[in-house]
Amino acid sequence: MTLYLMTFFLFMVGLYGAITKRDLIKIILAVGIMGYSVNLFLILIAYRTGAIYPILTKSMGANPALMVDPLPQALVLTSIVIELGITALLSALAIRIFEKYETFDITKVRRLKG
Amino acid sequence: MIIPYFVIIPLSAAFLIALISRKKENIAAGIALIVGIVLTIMSIYSFILLSKNEGAIYYHFSNWKAPVTISLVLDYLSSFILIIISVISLIAIFYSLQYTNHYTGKWQYFALFMLMISGMNGVALTGDFFNFYVFMEITLFSAYSLVAFGCEAEELEAAFKYAIVGSISSTMILFAIGLLYSFTSTLNMADVGRVLLNEKSKVIYLVYGMLIAGLGLKSALVPFHAWLPDAHPSAPAPISSMLSGVLIKVLGTYAMVRIFFNVFNAPQIFLQIMLILGTFSMVIGGLMSIMQWDIKRMLGYSTVSQIGYIFIGIGLGTPLGILGAIFYLLSHSIFKSLLFMNAGAVEYALDTRDMRQMGALNKKLPVTSFTSMIGSLSISGIPPFNGFFAKLIIIIACIQSAHPIYAGWAILVSIITLAYYLKMQKHTFYGKPNFKKIYEKVPFTLKTSMIILAGLCIISSILIIPGIKEVTLDKVTQVILDKTDYIEYIRPLIMGGK
Repeated sequence: MTLYLMTFFLFMVGLYGAITKRDLIKIILAVGIMGYSVNLFLILIAYRTGAIYPILTKSMGANPALMVDPLPQALVLTSIVIELGITALLSALAIRIFEKYETFDITKVRRLKG
Repeated sequence: MIIPYFVIIPLSAAFLIALISRKKENIAAGIALIVGIVLTIMSIYSFILLSKNEGAIYYHFSNWKAPVTISLVLDYLSSFILIIISVISLIAIFYSLQYTNHYTGKWQYFALFMLMISGMNGVALTGDFFNFYVFMEITLFSAYSLVAFGCEAEELEAAFKYAIVGSISSTMILFAIGLLYSFTSTLNMADVGRVLLNEKSKVIYLVYGMLIAGLGLKSALVPFHAWLPDAHPSAPAPISSMLSGVLIKVLGTYAMVRIFFNVFNAPQIFLQIMLILGTFSMVIGGLMSIMQWDIKRMLGYSTVSQIGYIFIGIGLGTPLGILGAIFYLLSHSIFKSLLFMNAGAVEYALDTRDMRQMGALNKKLPVTSFTSMIGSLSISGIPPFNGFFAKLIIIIACIQSAHPIYAGWAILVSIITLAYYLKMQKHTFYGKPNFKKIYEKVPFTLKTSMIILAGLCIISSILIIPGIKEVTLDKVTQVILDKTDYIEYIRPLIMGGK
């Protein structure tokens, strides 16, 4: 239970950072932290105390009750790849914004109003 | 089987464009146009095909059994959404042919456009939660890039905001999916619904909250709307019309209806929240758009306002309310695309978006002026056009289900809508000329696409004539009203598997 709460706390840390930070790079990092917390959560769901790797072998037998759940691990791989793409896109946008505005401060990046 | 090709064709077209047409950009446009036509024919054919297949067709990846594998589900609601996506994107591609003359890297534009279509088709078809998340990310990824396509300072700023808000909401949705998986041990939407029918837990309210926040951010409901008036106007005009006309409805409205009605059996708390948020969106979006002078920004706030109508119809939960929401979804995708294309044509000719630097354009740009008038009348609800019937159905549904307050708000906002569109007409196409000069004529494909959409504004009204309504809109409404009938198909498959 503590682990779950800590993961949720990490999620909230990310959300807090994304909302309150003024630096573009810190916002990108905060969004990354949110993503990691959800990945951790997915891995925690799959974990089972004392279970083995989910590979069917002859010596260990084929008892799914003794294995960790392999599905969330597959999901986490996909979601890590998606987050990599998002982070790369956000960083590219931040670099282009720096070229145009010459600042990383979000309060100075505001030509859109209304 | 026709279903997987809705994703395969645009996806392979995107990579084909990136591979072969870097130097020859006309080939990129040609491929995009062919894909648009093929998808339109396929989506209309799929609607006809459904009547022969008892209203639902399933496709299971790799021929595994249903709850284990990813399944694609085509029913009337998906098919209806596919038709909207295909028709609007075909017209937007046709509009882009000459509109993109101002941009460099045409092939990148069309490749991203194809990627966006494949993602949206996937979202409309998928029957699996994680697959839904993946297709949603594909759509959003190309949408962020397309918003920033012009690489001007404002466009980059808007794209950055959109990308941050979009990834926060996606993370929330993934968190909700993780919670659902831990509770039900399955990711198949129908199977999740089946488990939830029997077992209740308090954790489901956390899932509701995360999904309403996540999907609400996607569909720009007030208080989650702040990114939309920045992001949608900053994109190139055909992309604005795709984002405002189709994308927020597929990722927001459709996903919400599918998940909350067909999987969660329309919980009362969800309907209440939708009514309240819908009213707030309607009123605040309407009031904000009166104050705008940027023509596309005004249309962006107008989208926030009009999306409120759809959610009020959904929140009522009555057959008439759902019918109104469905018809308004269709109508709004037509006339909002038209209005964004009008704004794009004006921007193409004058190189400005400020309404104070326009005026008396009805002589100079007659086609744009005429179609924009039709779009404005349609969105403000003037009788022969589709917007009138859609708003009327929603207002009648409000009164019928004993919610006269919401009906009052809907009528009031309809008047506000008329006010700001009259303001747009007066300052843009009538009144005194304030523009410096007309740089370029509006090209052929821009005019043609605007005329087609203006025609659709009138033609789509026939969908609610009794007789035609029974075979089109009523079947879509029935899918939503049947609620958890959606999960029935999974039962024989599970029984057979064990």
